[in-house]
Amino acid sequence: MDSESYQVDYRVEPASYKHWNLTVDAPLAFLSVNIDEQAGLRPGYKLKLNSYDLGVDIELNDALNRIRFEHPAVRTVVITSAKDRVFCSGANIFMLGSSSHAWKVNFCKFTNETRNGMEDSSARDGLKFIAAVNGVCAGGGYELALACDEIILVDDRSSAVSLPEVPLLGVLPGTGGLTRLTDKRQVRHDLADIFCTTAEGVRGHKAKDWGLVDEIAKPAIFQDRVRERALELAQLSDRPAAGKPVRLTPLARKSTRDHISYQHVSIDIDRVARTATLTVSAPHDEQPNSIDEIHASGADWYPLQLARELDDAILSMRTNELDIGVWLLRTRGQCRAVLEMDQHLHANCEHWFVRETIGYLRRTLQRLDVTSRSMFAMIDEGSCFAGSFFELALACDRSYQLALPDDESFAPKIFLSESNFGMFPTLTGESRLERRFYGDQASLNAARQHLNQPLDADTAFELGLVTLNPDDLDWQDEIRIAVEERVSMSPDALTGMESNLRFNGRETMLTRIFGRLTAWQNWIFQRPNATGQSGSLKVYGTGEKPDFDWDRI
Amino acid sequence: MESIDYSETIPNNVNLSEDRALRRALEHWQPNYLDWWKDMGPDGSAEFDVYLRTATGVDPKGWAHYDYVKMPDYRWGIFLSPAEAGRKIQFGDHKGEDAWQTVPGEHRANLRRIIVTQGDTEPASVEQQRHLGHTAPSLYDLRNIFQINVEEGRHLWAMVYLLHKYFGRDGREEGEALLERRSGEQDNPRILQAFNERTPDWLAFFMFTYFTDRDGKFQLCALAESGFDPLSRTTRFMLTEEAHHMFIGESGISRIVQRTCQVMNEMKTDDPKTIREAGVIDLPTIQKYLNFHYSVTIDLFGADESSNAATFYSSGLKGRFEESRQHDDHVLRDDSYEVPEVRDGKIVPRQVPMLNALNEVLRDNYIADSNKGLKRWNRVMEKAGIPFRLTIPHKAFNRKIGSLAGSHVAPDGTVLTRARWDARRDAWLPTDSDRAFVANLMGRVVEPGRFANWIAPPRFGVNGQSADFRYVRFD
Repeated sequence: MDSESYQVDYRVEPASYKHWNLTVDAPLAFLSVNIDEQAGLRPGYKLKLNSYDLGVDIELNDALNRIRFEHPAVRTVVITSAKDRVFCSGANIFMLGSSSHAWKVNFCKFTNETRNGMEDSSARDGLKFIAAVNGVCAGGGYELALACDEIILVDDRSSAVSLPEVPLLGVLPGTGGLTRLTDKRQVRHDLADIFCTTAEGVRGHKAKDWGLVDEIAKPAIFQDRVRERALELAQLSDRPAAGKPVRLTPLARKSTRDHISYQHVSIDIDRVARTATLTVSAPHDEQPNSIDEIHASGADWYPLQLARELDDAILSMRTNELDIGVWLLRTRGQCRAVLEMDQHLHANCEHWFVRETIGYLRRTLQRLDVTSRSMFAMIDEGSCFAGSFFELALACDRSYQLALPDDESFAPKIFLSESNFGMFPTLTGESRLERRFYGDQASLNAARQHLNQPLDADTAFELGLVTLNPDDLDWQDEIRIAVEERVSMSPDALTGMESNLRFNGRETMLTRIFGRLTAWQNWIFQRPNATGQSGSLKVYGTGEKPDFDWDRI
Repeated sequence: MESIDYSETIPNNVNLSEDRALRRALEHWQPNYLDWWKDMGPDGSAEFDVYLRTATGVDPKGWAHYDYVKMPDYRWGIFLSPAEAGRKIQFGDHKGEDAWQTVPGEHRANLRRIIVTQGDTEPASVEQQRHLGHTAPSLYDLRNIFQINVEEGRHLWAMVYLLHKYFGRDGREEGEALLERRSGEQDNPRILQAFNERTPDWLAFFMFTYFTDRDGKFQLCALAESGFDPLSRTTRFMLTEEAHHMFIGESGISRIVQRTCQVMNEMKTDDPKTIREAGVIDLPTIQKYLNFHYSVTIDLFGADESSNAATFYSSGLKGRFEESRQHDDHVLRDDSYEVPEVRDGKIVPRQVPMLNALNEVLRDNYIADSNKGLKRWNRVMEKAGIPFRLTIPHKAFNRKIGSLAGSHVAPDGTVLTRARWDARRDAWLPTDSDRAFVANLMGRVVEPGRFANWIAPPRFGVNGQSADFRYVRFD
């Protein structure tokens, strides 16, 4: 079974977790890493010492969403280990050593998104995280801890935190470890240099003094201190003590070889053209109005279901359909229905359930920003790129809006709503419109003047909201040629170019994490020094020494 | 004969007086060591005059000098086996190169880890045994445990010497930490779990010295092959002492078995209850202690498939037992080795690349060696006409480390369900009441020539002295 033919399913449920124990003791939740070494996602490696693979991270991602929705009274999540003297030793090296480059990159991207999602929930939605590091904490294990609000390390004279990737594996930490050391924890660069080249890591007081952890605690008081601090952090949260849980019911999906469909999202794959058309349908039934009705509809509430379906669709396509290089994004339905949904999101954004749903949509849209596929929005007849749906178009590399000069009433219109002005920031913290206009106030004001108004292709083009506005005579050929041209170009160059252009203005810790992952780590992952026959990743654990080409580049 | 310079606070054969940096480091460490000995060494023993062996030279003639010593005044020193001119690395990727006289930067972290882990066991066992002096079955045995304790102390010195001499500031910090950890202390435990268990009674002590010190022997043998020459020379000298510790364990168990057999014959019974009432340890209880110490000890060899083992070997840091006697290429790149695992309710072999299986190889060497003493104990029973025989449990019994961890295997190798195993546990491993019974037998015997009821006198005394010699003087 190779990664190319293996279909990964991101849909899991707590009852079938193999690697995590989730116990809720509101306002705290304890998420304990307890990896079943025999239960790797693919054959050929054992997940020893709480080391993880994609399967482990899929469960983590699911568990976080369960906490967000099914346990609204939880305010602080304690991430710890159920194993003795080992917290987590990071991504499994034998898994990495035997994986294709594409698999590794996709794996790193997803693990990064999950950890970023923890910080996102902490910053915006009041869900706090503590890493209760109760044993060896290496590589990706420490990076998981770094994504928490605080790190408490057990001071038992042996447990250390470490990033042994450079000295042991000849690669870099792949989940933002280096960037969080500097940007988030502001560890002095020379101390960080020692830390990142010392395979055995740093423990006890030194770890605290260097800023690698926030606190150390002796084993006898460790549990109590973690609980105490977790409860203090919970004070900073406004998640509701008496909120009624929303159960994330199993996500229904039908799939054949070239077609995947959910209730509101569908995907059609054209393997010859190497394109996929991703279609999102607007709500067509009557939507609940009051917050009570919204809350009562739970996982069936349109925006939440959309977020879950879109999320699963993006993840599945990214993992399972590597050579489908161009995604065409379409929408179907009534703009009015989408704008109504936006109104509900706005009016109730203070309610925890709506806030979490917005968060889910926000993180899902951010997945598009870092997806290594060319994305074109097709604003054609019958589409409904209004408000939050227009974010899909804004996330694309290009957008095409059909002009019907002879038939104005059928011409597709786009709408801007408040949702486009800050509800769904990108990883830079800006709205997609701000990013589009480099923060230029004149352009933003001009757009804002058309809030909630139908905008046809020419107007949208004038305002700079769409890329091109071909009319019905040009449309077919224009799109065909653009797509055919796009799929013919180097996939690597396109990935690099698109990332450069999408992340065009302001840098944040998150853009640096993804940028450096893409640039440095993926370069190192490709070099013979890491993945050649005698590269460090290939020979790790065999007793053989890597055979390096010593030239510095 | 390469002699030891006793004119110094720290007796040594490493030219300490000319090495100012090392001297400063050790002179700072020594008072802390003595404080540790005062706090954690044998309880209440500081004023005893103990008939101890002290090394005066590192050749066979010089290493055993006997005299009365107060233990805090013991000449703990630093002794390395003599250097072999032109010694080469015998195995791994550096095979045939000159042995290293300093630490190669590339292997610093792994070497330090090996030395710290080994070093940590030395003070740990002293801590584990510190109360046993109060219940010694004779002066002879009291002297023996003290001998072991001072020598474990010296082994700590040997490891600290390496840390101080070759690892700079890091090494000094690790040296301090070796004195700060405490066996069994929750907040501050020793590194390896077996060294945080209690050694609550003398049966446990003899089992520990027989089985767990034998692990020490095998680890030291593997390190004696090291390409890092100072580690090799240090451990070679430590081995001479380790052999004596195992002898104490082996003869201790022999004497207990002998005494039990004698009582069984006198009373013409094999009923454990009657035997216990006669104040000796019944043979099934001895078997249970054996099962416990053996299974805990074979875990110390580490996982059966290990990347560290491969790295340590290939980089020339840790060899195999009797490396030079193995008839192969000493690189082991293409060989494989069979390790057991439980699959579908059966123990089945699995082939593992040899380099990754070296922990298992050493464990199997150990197991073969462990059987030797067992034969001697069984001969004692045979001679006494007692049909009971002690056995070594199956390698998969009661394992907590490696791929056998989590399986439930009986001492005879039968794979069981967890429930079945749990139900039989008390028949295989010492129960609280077994331990309480043994603990209750223990009482201090300090009249020269007298021995506690549950143990026979030794066949020979120490250094040609008789069994009724005053091995320890209390005044």
